[in-house]
Amino acid sequence: MIEPSGGDAREGGASPLLRLEGVTKRFGALLANDAVDLDLAQGEILGLLGENGAGKTTLMNILFGHYAADSGRILVADRRGRLRPLPGGSPGRALAAGVGMVHQHFALAANLSVIESVTLGTEPLFRPWQGRRDARRRLRTLVDETGLDVPLDAAIGALSVGERQRVEILKALYRGARVLVLDEPTAVLTPQQAERLADTLRGLASRGLGVVFISHKLDEVLALCDRVVVLRHGQKVREAAADRVTKAELAEAMVDRPVQAPTRLRGQPGAVVVEMSAVRVGAAPGREPLDDVRLSVLEGEIFGVAGIAGNGQRSLAAVLSGTLVPDSGQIRLRGVAWPKGGPLNLTRAGVGRVPEDRHAEGVVGAMTVWENAAIETVRLRASQRLGLLRRRHLIDDAERLVRLHDVRCRGVDVPASELSGGNMQKLILARVLDREPRFLLAAQPTRGLDIGAVAEIHRRLLEARARGAGILLLTEDLDELLQLADRIAVIHRGRLSRPLAREAATLRRLGLMMTGQVADAA
Amino acid sequence: MRPERRGPPIRFERREAAPPLLAALAPLVAVVAALGLAAIPLALAGAPILDAYALILKGSLGSAFAIGETLSRATPLVLTGLAVAIAFRARLWNIGAEGQLYLGALAAVAVGSGFFPLDTWPPWTACAVVLLASAFAGGLFMLGPAWLRLRFGVDEVVTTLLLNFVALLFVGMMLEGPMQDPMSLGWPQSAPLLEAAELPRLFARSRVHWGLPLALALALALWFVLRGSVFGFEVRATGEAPAAARFAGIRTGRVLLGVAFLSGGLAGLAGAVEVAGLKGYLTLDLSPGYGYAGIVVATLARLNPLGVVLAAVFVAAVFVGADSMGRALDVSSYTANLIVALSLLCMLLAGLLVRLRPVR
Repeated sequence: MIEPSGGDAREGGASPLLRLEGVTKRFGALLANDAVDLDLAQGEILGLLGENGAGKTTLMNILFGHYAADSGRILVADRRGRLRPLPGGSPGRALAAGVGMVHQHFALAANLSVIESVTLGTEPLFRPWQGRRDARRRLRTLVDETGLDVPLDAAIGALSVGERQRVEILKALYRGARVLVLDEPTAVLTPQQAERLADTLRGLASRGLGVVFISHKLDEVLALCDRVVVLRHGQKVREAAADRVTKAELAEAMVDRPVQAPTRLRGQPGAVVVEMSAVRVGAAPGREPLDDVRLSVLEGEIFGVAGIAGNGQRSLAAVLSGTLVPDSGQIRLRGVAWPKGGPLNLTRAGVGRVPEDRHAEGVVGAMTVWENAAIETVRLRASQRLGLLRRRHLIDDAERLVRLHDVRCRGVDVPASELSGGNMQKLILARVLDREPRFLLAAQPTRGLDIGAVAEIHRRLLEARARGAGILLLTEDLDELLQLADRIAVIHRGRLSRPLAREAATLRRLGLMMTGQVADAA
Repeated sequence: MRPERRGPPIRFERREAAPPLLAALAPLVAVVAALGLAAIPLALAGAPILDAYALILKGSLGSAFAIGETLSRATPLVLTGLAVAIAFRARLWNIGAEGQLYLGALAAVAVGSGFFPLDTWPPWTACAVVLLASAFAGGLFMLGPAWLRLRFGVDEVVTTLLLNFVALLFVGMMLEGPMQDPMSLGWPQSAPLLEAAELPRLFARSRVHWGLPLALALALALWFVLRGSVFGFEVRATGEAPAAARFAGIRTGRVLLGVAFLSGGLAGLAGAVEVAGLKGYLTLDLSPGYGYAGIVVATLARLNPLGVVLAAVFVAAVFVGADSMGRALDVSSYTANLIVALSLLCMLLAGLLVRLRPVR
């Protein structure tokens, strides 16, 4: 729990809470963290910025004991405010020293109640009943003090994403965290929810908690944080007070090369490419229902779908990917019935698909880059001869794609798991766009990617649009939608709103629609 | 703050990629470690350790006869090893090679001991018919568990394992009933294969038979299929990342059924080869656990079809050598099982260590 600082805390809450000194971590040839120094004072919110692969997550994993640093040390203030070294490599000790972490993907079990989730692992072995009563009392106080409002007895599975995040924060505080690390906490939130989180964090900081806020959204970091640290290639390249630095300066520090946002030309929408009417998917364990979804995507337009995760995007994407057959309703592809028989026939019919989860669905990590480039078309005649792979041909093809789409890899013979997220996504997009699809489904195409890769993906999508492809873009990133989409619809509880023209869509309006507070765009 | 506790002396963390040299050396290290660990029970049994190892080596590889014994013992192991390797590659956990082997053998004697007038057919066709029948029987027997998993999500580890007993009891029933050899004086034993259906010996005064080159050819073929064919591509993708394979348009259900048939077929073939190459007729002690040993062989080979050949020879050599050592030193021949089991454990551990790295 947050305690007032010890006797020797000076005024202004400037007493140091956490110090990293020269933390270095090497993975094989890759220097993930190169002598990183970091300070965090009591009551301070520190923004940790950097591209994917810059070493943010590694650094925090070292702090939390998931990895041991090769050299350098970590000091955490004890309850009296004295800095003491934290032996690395043990999450248990990090917890005991007061370091709490809220991961990007929550580590909560859906069938436990909030109170069980929070107290899991802290209950006394003997007399559990008494422990439970105490726990409830402590947790209630904590909720009242911090304003992290959640129903204590509800099952985790019944909570919204924002509520689950509050549970994770409660969990860390309950275990006595004095340093709270949040890894990309707003990636799953609506603008309104993100605002609320920011308020909560400010409140916690004013009570003496130190917060490390990892993000790649510059606006957010500048608005919330007191101080900003930028990592690049494992090194700390910039450190500044948030009110003394501009967004542009930070962006430049993150990428060490100018990033050009792709220009978006006026579109010329044509005929209907994909039309869905009254498409319904029933609820089932692990499946989000769809209720009477209608939409039509035109040639040469990007049709955006906004929504909070879990409102049916997965099922919508699965239906259009050919991995889920809807219970009822009609889908037409350029005027004819939607191809049956799964993804292969979609590929044959000129449908391109970029999956939401590139690690699980996009690539086979253990197989090579060229095999992953060929995987969608390996069954087609051009890839084989008498059932044998035309290896040379496929490798040449992959080399062409890798060159054309600037996929950075040591060669097309290395396993795809070696690729960074951005390059993996470029590879997936390359294999899809190379067939010049008439319709492209892009589910969360830039999730977790760095600025440079995002710009590249956006450019490719706009190119495909200019070529006349109809694109359905599912994303939780509203800025991305407003930047790319011609029309935007919002999905909420399995129902898709009527589309807004991009001019009519504002962050605020979309945010309200995403939480169902405004029924429709009408 | 809590008082400092001492952590474990060595900690491990995940490597981002397994170093290829280490991965290649892992089986060798595991085998050496297993042989080393086996010294403890050998010493407890009162055997002079160095002599024991020398006798194992001599008994398995020390003479032309010993080598022949080892190779003929390795022949069914290559086939069951391949059966397990191809299935495991697709993450289809076929633990039922033993049962498939017996059913294959049963099919072999069913078609090969007088049902067809094989003696009058052109040379080799008799063998081919017998082998195909056994592969078919084994393959069909594996389709059931695979289908149950695809359709209802039934765990194939359980079904294939339990079907081993079903198969063995069924074979027992046939051998004591309709398929019993009238000349066997009441022993549960099938009628012998016709001579035309038998696999000829390769050399004089050795029990090595044509099953060995057949098994080697199949290992080579399987290696090539996995590496260079569309089907092999699909098998690897289905095994490594089923969701990605399905998303990309690979019909993973069909692939798994194909793998199941292939895997069961290879195990069934092991049964036929054993009957047609060595025994001549089917009894209930045809296999001393070749099906289960196939799991060890495939694991030691890291599921590589060419590695299966080496692993099968190693396991066979341990069995043959330990047998002969046991006889010479009057130690239980279970030593062989012990060494093989230790190799499996060491290999699993080595596999883990290849993926982890010690920290400080």
